[in-house]
Amino acid sequence: METIDSKAYLDMDLLRFTTAGSVDDGKSTLIGRLLYDSKSIFEDQMEAIELASTGKGEEQVNLALLTDGLRAEREQGITIDVAYRYFATPKRKFIIADTPGHIQYTRNMVTGASTANLAIILVDARKGMVEQTCRHAFIASLLKIPHIVFCVNKMDLVDYRQEDYEKIKSDLEAFASKLEISDVRFIPISALNGDNVVDRSEKMPWYEGSTLLYTLENVHISSDHNHVDCRFPVQYVVRPQKDEYHDYRGYAGRIAGGVFKKGDQVMVLPSGFTSKIKSIDTLDGELDEAFAPMSVTITLEDEIDVSRGDMIVRENNSPQAEQNLDVMVCWLNPKSLVPNGKYALKHTSKDARCMVKEIKYKVDINTLHRIEDDKEIKMNDIARISLRTTSPLFFDRYDRNRITGSLIMIDEATNETVGACMVI
Amino acid sequence: MNYSLTHLKELEAESIYVLREVAAQFERPALLFSGGKDSIVCFHLARKAFFPGNVPFPLVHVDTGHNFPETIEFRDNLVEKYGAKLIVGSVQKSIDEGKVVEETGYNASRNSLQTVTLLETIENGKFDCAMGGARRDEEKARAKERFFSHRDDFGQWDPKNQRPELWNIFNGRKHMGEHFRSFPISNWTEMDIWQYILHEKIEIPSIYFSHQRECFKRDGVWYAACDFMKRKPEEEVVEKTVRFRTIGDMTCTGAVESTASDLQQIIDEVASTRVTERGSRIDDKRSEAAMEDRKKQGYF
Repeated sequence: METIDSKAYLDMDLLRFTTAGSVDDGKSTLIGRLLYDSKSIFEDQMEAIELASTGKGEEQVNLALLTDGLRAEREQGITIDVAYRYFATPKRKFIIADTPGHIQYTRNMVTGASTANLAIILVDARKGMVEQTCRHAFIASLLKIPHIVFCVNKMDLVDYRQEDYEKIKSDLEAFASKLEISDVRFIPISALNGDNVVDRSEKMPWYEGSTLLYTLENVHISSDHNHVDCRFPVQYVVRPQKDEYHDYRGYAGRIAGGVFKKGDQVMVLPSGFTSKIKSIDTLDGELDEAFAPMSVTITLEDEIDVSRGDMIVRENNSPQAEQNLDVMVCWLNPKSLVPNGKYALKHTSKDARCMVKEIKYKVDINTLHRIEDDKEIKMNDIARISLRTTSPLFFDRYDRNRITGSLIMIDEATNETVGACMVI
Repeated sequence: MNYSLTHLKELEAESIYVLREVAAQFERPALLFSGGKDSIVCFHLARKAFFPGNVPFPLVHVDTGHNFPETIEFRDNLVEKYGAKLIVGSVQKSIDEGKVVEETGYNASRNSLQTVTLLETIENGKFDCAMGGARRDEEKARAKERFFSHRDDFGQWDPKNQRPELWNIFNGRKHMGEHFRSFPISNWTEMDIWQYILHEKIEIPSIYFSHQRECFKRDGVWYAACDFMKRKPEEEVVEKTVRFRTIGDMTCTGAVESTASDLQQIIDEVASTRVTERGSRIDDKRSEAAMEDRKKQGYF
């Protein structure tokens, strides 16, 4: 029997990535390939999809059926909703958000991208860069995914020709240079045959870069969190009804940025009161310091009024505290944005309401040009808008902090999440 | 100092965050507790989330009446040890009241009847959010779940029309009569759970470990011989050395032949098995979309 080294398992880190591409670019096949070649598919899952593939009269086992979990998806052969998949190699543990390429489901791509460290964008080697590719690359850069890997897929269908790959690569490079992406990579692959996915392709000796799996295992992610600006949104106040903790008031939350240390001088927003960190508590004992994205409970030396929605920060490094802010919004709902409309809003642990004061411009995702004459914001549109909130929010620019720089808009009548906003 | 977390610590931090959001956003949340390892880990995470306070919500167990006695004993011990509040919804009671009809035949199971009892327990307790230990790696319909999953006033799930869930901002707003399901350990895998149980020294029911048991074989799966399952004449009872990878009803949970008697051995076994843990659950095998169909109706 194979023995798992539990110590090594405990040392692995976590990479969250998203996959995007147009319909039929082979996303699901690629994920199936990664799971299959890293031996993360079990026999009964394989049997189930073999059975389903033969049932549909397909000759090869359709790896896409592994991720297309909903009945409607399997029937139509498309991915409707974000599907999460998991696999691990001895180096790293992976969470994949497989997002649909279908145009009306772009909101799912935004969803998958919002928590990702890395994005894989698939491009069909026969078609090259298409409108969807631009859209996906733009969304990935808008959501500040730190690493983007363009996989030029279906190389087998262009006879593994280097010139085809180089042409697509230079088109993509030209487009990507217009976006703010810190780390862009390109890999020619065939997801169907496994070329350059896990194993190096023998058919493309001209390609000297890493395989996709090697890239996923080795990309540097520990600096993806902000460890500079201390931000602690208070989520919940712990007040034990126990004799031994009679006067205990603990502020529970997940650190959104920076490093908090016992004894640190801190300030609470919005009150502006200052105090010192008395302790950082966990069930496993007190900690000397805590950093993003840890969940801890902080107690303060002084008895001051702190509740959910407040934020604990360092005195000399405050976020912006404003009622007026400009955001890039990605609209997620079939009902268009209402100019001057009022919406509920959630930002870190804070609830508020807002009014859309101004629609500044929409972005043409293909050319990245500003559209200033058509200001109707429909589903899948991306626009810059100005909001006025009922009470001040404590925020940073999204490119500085993905947690304190993001917020969602909610339709107060339907309670649906309608807008994903990034502070600029 | 290296400011990075291991993947288990990051998953733990994420789950604690979700549990606290539930406690903050809902008035009457509850944790669905089956006595299986996933709900035990959820409870352990809840203790961490609210320490040094008590877990601020009750445990809800939907008792089919066909549980392993070891599971019930474990549940009662845990409740006593941590002073948790337990609410039991009884499928037997739903049957007695004529709200559901017991299945008959050799493969009769109370699994699908649970949904009715579960929804009724949620309604009676006026719970506005029921948390559960479902994981996205378990089953393909569960792979599409949100952390905060909306249910309409009939308790139904509409998988094609889910609210987008961005960053870690959870939208728990709802109208009267609607409720939420929340899944704090969505991103954990079976291996993560076992490694975490080992690392955190979490107690689990004895039937997860290898033991001697009277079993019979049906459709290639070993089942515990019990009064709840009608055996066919050719199904012979033999004593086997087995353990259970998941804990559901005795009628739908198959045993695996195993000598794994401690956590490290279980982990080695899980690592080398080539069948998913739900492979021994006949409730999932009824059709290709069995889980999706049950979930839409309100199954956990």
